[in-house]
Amino acid sequence: MAEQVLHIDWTRCAGRGSCVELLPELLDRDPWGYPLARDGSREPVIPEHLVAHARRAAGYCPVLALKLRAPA
Amino acid sequence: MTDALWYLGRGSGVIALTMLTLVVALGIATRSGRVVAGQPRFVLTAVHRSASLLSVVFLVIHVGTLLFDPYAELSLVNLVVPFTSTYRPLWVGLGAAALDLLAALVITSLLRDRIGPRIWRAVHWAAYVCWPVALAHGLGSGSDGGQLWFRVFAGVCSAVVAGCLIWRLSGRFTENRRVPTASPVRTVRRNSTLEAGR
Amino acid sequence: MTATLNPRSANERREPATQPVRVGSGPLLSAATADLAEHHRRNGPMPWQDAAVRLIGVLETAGLTGRGGAGFPMWRKLASVGMAERTVVIGNAAEGEPGSAKDRTLLIHGPHLVLDGLQLAAEAVGAAEVYLYVGAGPAEQSARRALAERAATGWDRLPVTVVTAPDTFVSGEESAVVAAVEGRAALPRDRTVRVAERGVRGRPTLVQNVETLAHLALIARHGPHWFRQRGTAEEPGTFLATLGGAVPAPGVYEAAYGDRLDALLAQAGGPREPVRAVLVGGYHGAWVPGAELSRARMSRESLRPYGASPGAGVVIALPGSACGLTETARITSYLAEQSAGQCGPCVNGLPAMADALTRLAQGDRRPELVAWVERLTTLTEGRGACRHPDGTVRLVRSGLRVFSDEVRLHLSSRCTVIRPNENAPAQNRAGQNRSAQVPPEQGRGA
Repeated sequence: MAEQVLHIDWTRCAGRGSCVELLPELLDRDPWGYPLARDGSREPVIPEHLVAHARRAAGYCPVLALKLRAPA
Repeated sequence: MTDALWYLGRGSGVIALTMLTLVVALGIATRSGRVVAGQPRFVLTAVHRSASLLSVVFLVIHVGTLLFDPYAELSLVNLVVPFTSTYRPLWVGLGAAALDLLAALVITSLLRDRIGPRIWRAVHWAAYVCWPVALAHGLGSGSDGGQLWFRVFAGVCSAVVAGCLIWRLSGRFTENRRVPTASPVRTVRRNSTLEAGR
Repeated sequence: MTATLNPRSANERREPATQPVRVGSGPLLSAATADLAEHHRRNGPMPWQDAAVRLIGVLETAGLTGRGGAGFPMWRKLASVGMAERTVVIGNAAEGEPGSAKDRTLLIHGPHLVLDGLQLAAEAVGAAEVYLYVGAGPAEQSARRALAERAATGWDRLPVTVVTAPDTFVSGEESAVVAAVEGRAALPRDRTVRVAERGVRGRPTLVQNVETLAHLALIARHGPHWFRQRGTAEEPGTFLATLGGAVPAPGVYEAAYGDRLDALLAQAGGPREPVRAVLVGGYHGAWVPGAELSRARMSRESLRPYGASPGAGVVIALPGSACGLTETARITSYLAEQSAGQCGPCVNGLPAMADALTRLAQGDRRPELVAWVERLTTLTEGRGACRHPDGTVRLVRSGLRVFSDEVRLHLSSRCTVIRPNENAPAQNRAGQNRSAQVPPEQGRGA
């Protein structure tokens, strides 16, 4: 299974926070409410056991700012 | 038998309206981006979505039973094209309008990934039209419309939605953060490092 | 009056420059002319390649890298765009960096070199659509005049559309350029695919800085080895540097990679007074301490320890009479104002950094402000659709590092410079900060 990373479209993100609830292992919230990758990377790698959760997070984002994709 | 259909039609209509009221309340709660009543944000979104699909189910029962009811004499066209029925054209027409709006809301939501957030959002504003139209339809066309219990019920639903609207328009609706909006292009004077004497 | 770098705030209107920009000389600048006939006399006819592969090979040997700041090898960019009729080529002269004047100077003094390069690049990728993206003003007028000359004599094979770039910092960012050419606002966009693959209207697009195109026009004529005569083996060729700040003759000069910083500044007359530090790479660059000027060179390797890189060739000398912390705070404020305003971390983080640095510069003595700025750099870096926050973080970190002594002095209500009377609150007394507002979210969650 090819590795996937989480891409955040920052121009859409409004910091509503659903993704942080659904992917707490990967995401924290910064002081302004925006998702903060715990590993400090631009596009955190999604471990295989979290892929389904990441998809759910992308589906629940109210502004469709999340996408799963292959690493650049 | 036709009586049973009639009652089923009216009953499912009342439930559909109840569900729609719930959906509107949950939709506004979702939009706030807050944890509400102790429920995480994604839960509010999930229940909002599930409730809307459930509303569709009850709406289908409501519309379906009335389609087969000989008393109402409704055709398929009457159900989707507003104001074309012979039986109470205005009020049934409002129902058809609400049905159309709900179809647009649900279908665009199911296809969100394809159409993108902007178009989805533009259509979703129609929810604020759909609900009052559905309420008006219920008050005007239902044979229970004039009954006390229905009026009380309608009053409660209205109070819920009105309360949510007040909350929606209040200053403390979203968490207090500075949300980015693309700024208009600013023209700024070029830096003066190259001026003599500086 | 203290000499400063003085970025203007967004509220100030345009004024014409009080003095024409000095222009130096070098292989590129001496080949530059605004007259087409003179251009033909000096540089010969248009060196059409007639085979894309040829140009890519020549460029690979020459080692020409982008002169817009990123320094990406041009041959690789051409190769990744590929050859197809639907490709688009854009010459980028937006020059949003306030400290840089080289692109517009090049368009005024040597538009034909730029436009030759544009045609050659278009030939290499088989493009049918060619654009020149430039801010309104003398540079644009010069370009239009040159284009008219070339059209009249049939010099160009492809027509070039001039697109106006707004006078903002981010207007030259690659995805902003693409957006502007598409007719939208010149703001960076979210990208999951490189512009070389999908750019203008979904087509493979080559965005190239105009100086790079000018070098290309000469390499195509004189060959790659001519180009490699100057510069170093790893970073060949010359580049245009915009020298400013505390020098008697600020302007655009040509230098070679590997040149020492003090030799570079000597071209502009050398600093008028001892230099506290030099800003290399513009507002997204980093500070090099004045003591290192005779050691540091304009090359990636030499500048790396300072967190800097040659970038787009901007070198600004900060005189000893200026306060490095104040300058860093001012530049950060400018960068915060210039945010496109699209991304939460940038919209929130940059003004917060600017605010904290300004407080430090103006006499707030709380040491936790420094930790707060450092935390903000971690929060802001890498979180945005473009690299504006990253570049700002680079500058801020460099400022805190190079001017750490200054920071310490400020925290004890002193400064190495007698500060002019800024619109600051009354001088601090006994460590009481004037404002009751602690910077918000100071260490606390949302």
